[in-house]
Amino acid sequence: MTSENRPGQAGEEQAGEDRAALAGRERLSQPVLRTGMFGTHTSGDTSGYGRMRVRPPLAPASERPYGSYFDEVADSLAAGLEQAGSGFDEAIERVVADRGELTLHVRREHLVAVARVLRDEPSLAFELCLGVSGVHYLWETGRELRAVYPLLSIARNRRVRLEVSAPDADPRIPSLVDVYPTCDWHERETWDFFGIVFEGHPALTRIEMPDDWKGHPQRKDYPLGGIPVEYRGATVPPPDERRAYS
Amino acid sequence: MTETEGRVYHVTGQDWDEIVAAADEAGDQPGNDRLVVNMGPQHPSTHGVLRLILTLDGETVTELRPVIGYLHTGIEKNMEFRTWTQGVTFCTRMDYLSPIFNETAFCLATERLLGIEEAIPERANILRVLLMELNRISSHMMAIGTFGMELGATTVFLYGLREREKVLDLLELITGLRMNHGYIRPGGVSQDVPPGAIERLREFIAVMPGLIGEIRALFDASPFFKSRAEGVAYLDLTGCMALGVTGPVLRTAGLPWDLRKSQPYCGYESYEFAVPTRDTCDVYGRYAIRMDEMEESLKIIEQCVDRLAGQRPADDPVMIRDAKIGWPAQLALGPDGLGNSPRHIAHIMGQSMEALIHHFKLVTEGFRVPAGQAYAAVESPRGELGCHAVSDGGTRPYRVHFRDPSFTNLQALPAMCEGGMVADVIAAVASVDPVLGGVDR
Repeated sequence: MTSENRPGQAGEEQAGEDRAALAGRERLSQPVLRTGMFGTHTSGDTSGYGRMRVRPPLAPASERPYGSYFDEVADSLAAGLEQAGSGFDEAIERVVADRGELTLHVRREHLVAVARVLRDEPSLAFELCLGVSGVHYLWETGRELRAVYPLLSIARNRRVRLEVSAPDADPRIPSLVDVYPTCDWHERETWDFFGIVFEGHPALTRIEMPDDWKGHPQRKDYPLGGIPVEYRGATVPPPDERRAYS
Repeated sequence: MTETEGRVYHVTGQDWDEIVAAADEAGDQPGNDRLVVNMGPQHPSTHGVLRLILTLDGETVTELRPVIGYLHTGIEKNMEFRTWTQGVTFCTRMDYLSPIFNETAFCLATERLLGIEEAIPERANILRVLLMELNRISSHMMAIGTFGMELGATTVFLYGLREREKVLDLLELITGLRMNHGYIRPGGVSQDVPPGAIERLREFIAVMPGLIGEIRALFDASPFFKSRAEGVAYLDLTGCMALGVTGPVLRTAGLPWDLRKSQPYCGYESYEFAVPTRDTCDVYGRYAIRMDEMEESLKIIEQCVDRLAGQRPADDPVMIRDAKIGWPAQLALGPDGLGNSPRHIAHIMGQSMEALIHHFKLVTEGFRVPAGQAYAAVESPRGELGCHAVSDGGTRPYRVHFRDPSFTNLQALPAMCEGGMVADVIAAVASVDPVLGGVDR
């Protein structure tokens, strides 16, 4: 998905109009991911739901003010990045304040600098990194792979989330082990499951799967696997071949 | 597979002389005095299937490498192929000693995505807190019991398991299962406490301090235990912060960081309890904190029971009233076991076609969760248990990731053990209290 699809921008100008109707129209203008009945392709289901269209969710972006302590965090980070020699807009591609949580989408080449400022700047003081969570957004061409870092500041009792993207064709993200040593195992896990190469990691090896495993199991193009189960004459297909309702 | 360096000895029994001789011989040659010992993955003191590769110089550990992955079952991947409600059944099996916490973390993340955090009924929140604190006691009992066993005190092991069984009986009474409960659901909990539960809980509250006292009498001042635990596996605050260590290990470094206090969820802000800390940074402190925490948990349980007793179940639902999310039926015990309540079945089968359709759709399809991501964290017995949930707007999670405290805390093992004695490795592992089901997921 490209940046044209941000919902906030269109809604801001026509605030008078019904927001729900706007969001609905915007959603219908999205490309269709897939069609068909509840994701099943194998059975002869004739229940009449075959015209379902699944569209990708929007990539949201928030405008200032973000609310809560989020503006303070953004200001301090901007000041810290200024000192470190890069601008806020240069390092952060978008900010999302959603459901009481702040997500900073960081450009990968600036990740280490942003993390360092977040950790060292006294007004930010995000001392604790709570690991890395990989996500594989199949439909976001060019930004399929994500590494998500939840950070926690014990001194200020705040949380912030960093999200970094990399294309499937070039799955490289700089390692944060130098800034947060706790990322060691977490980055190995994300490499193991998603195939994201964390550049600068001291020993990026598999951690959960066997060393000689082929493929990265948590990726969306990696099948779940499983066998059909027979019970009293009926056959239940494996979970990834059962009917899905979305 | 690469060629193994040096000579390999498979310690299969009755060959100890051979190994000692080989170690002696190797020690005589300069630069060749290190012994690499493989401990686990099957070993009584590795809490499941954890493998440690120890490099020893005499009895000193010069290098320790934990190897994990033996219990990886793909729970996160599997959850992507089930509804949000079914997800509870999977994640409860991760850290099998604290299933209620796994469920709560997942449900809190789901509820944040749904935007219904404020709409959870009060009784459901009380039950969640009650169950979590019961579970904290059972988990700590297991931790301290195995702690004792690994240091050679089998009486403590038996005491710990006996006391844990009392909690499991209560969990069975309330949820129907001793482990892997699937009790906490998005929107509330699966059912109310059965009749007689309040009395059983009160009995438990009355008897438990004495039983904790029995373990204290054996362990607190035991010179043998103290000599194995005091000053061992030192990890200070800087180390904890750098390595992301949370829970009792962090509180042993003197920091009173407890999410129940600092970022309350499920109404923890309305309960009175203390956050025990120590500043010894060692194994003994981690033991002492767990003992204190059990006593604090009892206080919370007592407050929960008082609140439950003060409510009338008929007025206070345990599941969100929003019919688009809440499970349509309450469970009831029938002649053929636990199932949907006869009233509900009479309603959907005899009175309302719409209710039947609604039940069917909600149970088979599940509810839709608006697209986005959320991170919810709870203070599990081992530290911060976080759940990062991503929805694409469908009826199944697009991605769920659990930040399991055991996984992160295990990383600190080399920092605790290297430079120490090989016997202290056992005490260090026990003090971290890793649960490998949670580590590998």
